[in-house]
Amino acid sequence: MQFFFEVLIGGLLSGVLYALVALGFVLIYKASGVFNFAQGAMVFFAALTFVGFLEVLPGWTGMEEGGRAVFWLAFVLSLAAMVVLAIATEKFVLRPLVNQPPITLFMATIGLTFLVEGIAQGIWGANVRGLDLGIADVPIEYMMDNFNILISSFDVFAAAVAAVLVAALALFFQYTRIGRALRAVADDHQAALSIGIPLRHIWVIVWAVAGFVALVAGMIWGARNGVQFALTFTALKALPVLILGGFTSVPGAIVGGLIIGASEKLAEVYVGPFVGGGIESWFPYILALGFLLVRPEGLFGEKHIDRV
Amino acid sequence: MNLKKTVILGAAVAGLLGSSMAIAAEQFIGLPSYRVGPYAAGGSGIYGGWIDYMQMINERDGGINGVKLAWEECETEYNNARGVECYERLKEKGETGNSVFQPLSTGITYSVLDKVAKDKIPLVTMGYGRTDAADGRVFPYVFPLITTYWSQATTMVKYIAGKEGGTDKLKGKKIALLYHDSAYGKESHAVLEKMAERYGYELTKLAVAHPGNEQQSQWLQIRQLRPDWVILWGWGVMNPTALKSAAKTGFSREKMVGVWWSGAEEDTVPAGSAAKGFTAAGYNVAGADYPVIKDIEKFVYAKGHGNMEDKSRIGSVYYNRGVVHGLITVEAIRKAQEKYGKGKALTGEQVRWGFENLDMDDKRLGELGATGFLPPLKTSCMDHEGSGKVKYQQWDGNKWNVVTDWIDADKEMVRGMIEESAAAYAKEKGITPRDCSKEM
Repeated sequence: MQFFFEVLIGGLLSGVLYALVALGFVLIYKASGVFNFAQGAMVFFAALTFVGFLEVLPGWTGMEEGGRAVFWLAFVLSLAAMVVLAIATEKFVLRPLVNQPPITLFMATIGLTFLVEGIAQGIWGANVRGLDLGIADVPIEYMMDNFNILISSFDVFAAAVAAVLVAALALFFQYTRIGRALRAVADDHQAALSIGIPLRHIWVIVWAVAGFVALVAGMIWGARNGVQFALTFTALKALPVLILGGFTSVPGAIVGGLIIGASEKLAEVYVGPFVGGGIESWFPYILALGFLLVRPEGLFGEKHIDRV
Repeated sequence: MNLKKTVILGAAVAGLLGSSMAIAAEQFIGLPSYRVGPYAAGGSGIYGGWIDYMQMINERDGGINGVKLAWEECETEYNNARGVECYERLKEKGETGNSVFQPLSTGITYSVLDKVAKDKIPLVTMGYGRTDAADGRVFPYVFPLITTYWSQATTMVKYIAGKEGGTDKLKGKKIALLYHDSAYGKESHAVLEKMAERYGYELTKLAVAHPGNEQQSQWLQIRQLRPDWVILWGWGVMNPTALKSAAKTGFSREKMVGVWWSGAEEDTVPAGSAAKGFTAAGYNVAGADYPVIKDIEKFVYAKGHGNMEDKSRIGSVYYNRGVVHGLITVEAIRKAQEKYGKGKALTGEQVRWGFENLDMDDKRLGELGATGFLPPLKTSCMDHEGSGKVKYQQWDGNKWNVVTDWIDADKEMVRGMIEESAAAYAKEKGITPRDCSKEM
């Protein structure tokens, strides 16, 4: 039983990390109705920019290498880079495609993916880098000593960061003017424009916020596995989370993440040995497909009703 | 000077220029590299080292017997379709066509396997690709040089046995194989299972789904299993993730042995302190204190012609692997020139002969400034592997240190499996194996 709980808790904590990436998708889908294929590339771009600045800033500014000042300056500059990316995306990708079918916008984000990946490697190089956030990835002693259950302190830290982000974003969408405007734009571009909502500003804001989420996700995943191209693959983990939680729900991303994380780990351990193992990559998709049959809009997604 | 004299002098100068241009033959080598995309970190190191070596041969020696090396890169992004496109684009380049194709990708290797025999271009797959291609009778144009995955797997068991105090001590030991869930990851299964039967260790196989950035369930199973050793057969992000997960679950990295695609700086640096003590196989070693690397620094980088933007990577595992590619390719061309004419640009078919008749013993490696850098190598019509030897290196937190001498593969076991598999392939494809006694 102890092993079951160990797998379950580990899965739930991994699920929070998936949710962190899924959040970026939700934000953009909520505000622009676009499924942003480039979200994984944005995670890579953000993390690579962050470690790139960590490397070059001491030389440029004379700051102490590995110090707090360099860390925060790198964070601010990376955030600024994500804002620039958001502005450029709005100007060169989204603006020319206003009121086009969603599939057109989706295709544009596929192109954006290759561009962002190329720019990131072009600027910072293709080297794999380590990232130390100062949080040890070791088991929590209390849990080991009292319950013999292995829970990583880093995973708990990541879960806490994700929880704070989700709470902040949920409040932002629900209670701020910009949040309401974002939802209006998501419902209907033209209707939102007709009542004076500045579509361009809204898109820049939401892509910038998604960039911020990508930066946080990139830093956490980068600290876990290294900052490298594989960060783009984190998007694959987010897709079943979105299907399960709904493309438009911030809490849905979290709940979906928890379900996917826990179920894939339990399936790998208890079902995997009977089918040759390595089922983590496809099991969440099977689960999500099954869910689609029962609840196509996801757990928390908005039910779409068309009047005929 | 009247007009007639001017015309005669001009014609003479043009003739001299023309003849000197004809003398300056060039040997073309197409490089299907990957410098962007998911595996750019490895690609940029390997192709960088390879190009630097060829540049050094041109700068220091003026080429191979006066034949300058020329090359062109074609970006594959490690994508099979693009790899085939690069193969087609490069094969007619240069005065004699492409001399050799080395894609550094098992997928691309399989995609062009049938083409190379038809086009008569040698396909060199050092450390990857089809293991049974080591049987040159069935695969005359394919060269899985130095060592194959099967040879490597046997050296891993030998390494572990050495640490345990002998092969007789393996009985009852538990070995977990953590492998990339792909054809590459499964390549070692048959050999490790066969050795488990022979030596009595218990083998548990744990698959990790691509890309391998999540391994919690596998490592919790390892925690339950409590193996004596873990063999890491990883690739890309799977490697640092495995090392970090091992640290998290308290499994000693000193008891982890990695495949040569798990044993580069790109695998250990992202894992930080969690990688300390990890050991991995290599058919080349890390380090810049070899005469061949010193010559690259002297004749290439000192003149500002180096290929690496980040010079700190010179001497890294992947960079040095690229140098090994260069060393062997140049040696094959040199060998082929001995047969087909020194100072001439050769065709792919002629260079193939060079690859099949390599003899890089300790003396020759010493002359090339590469003693201990790669193992001695001798190929033949029967044996396109040529060595089978592997060294093991341990990560000390900052760099790789060699901890063993060259360990021989269990040739007897591996060769039998190679011939069996190659014969099955020949039967399936309707290939009549060559009679090696008639080859010279």
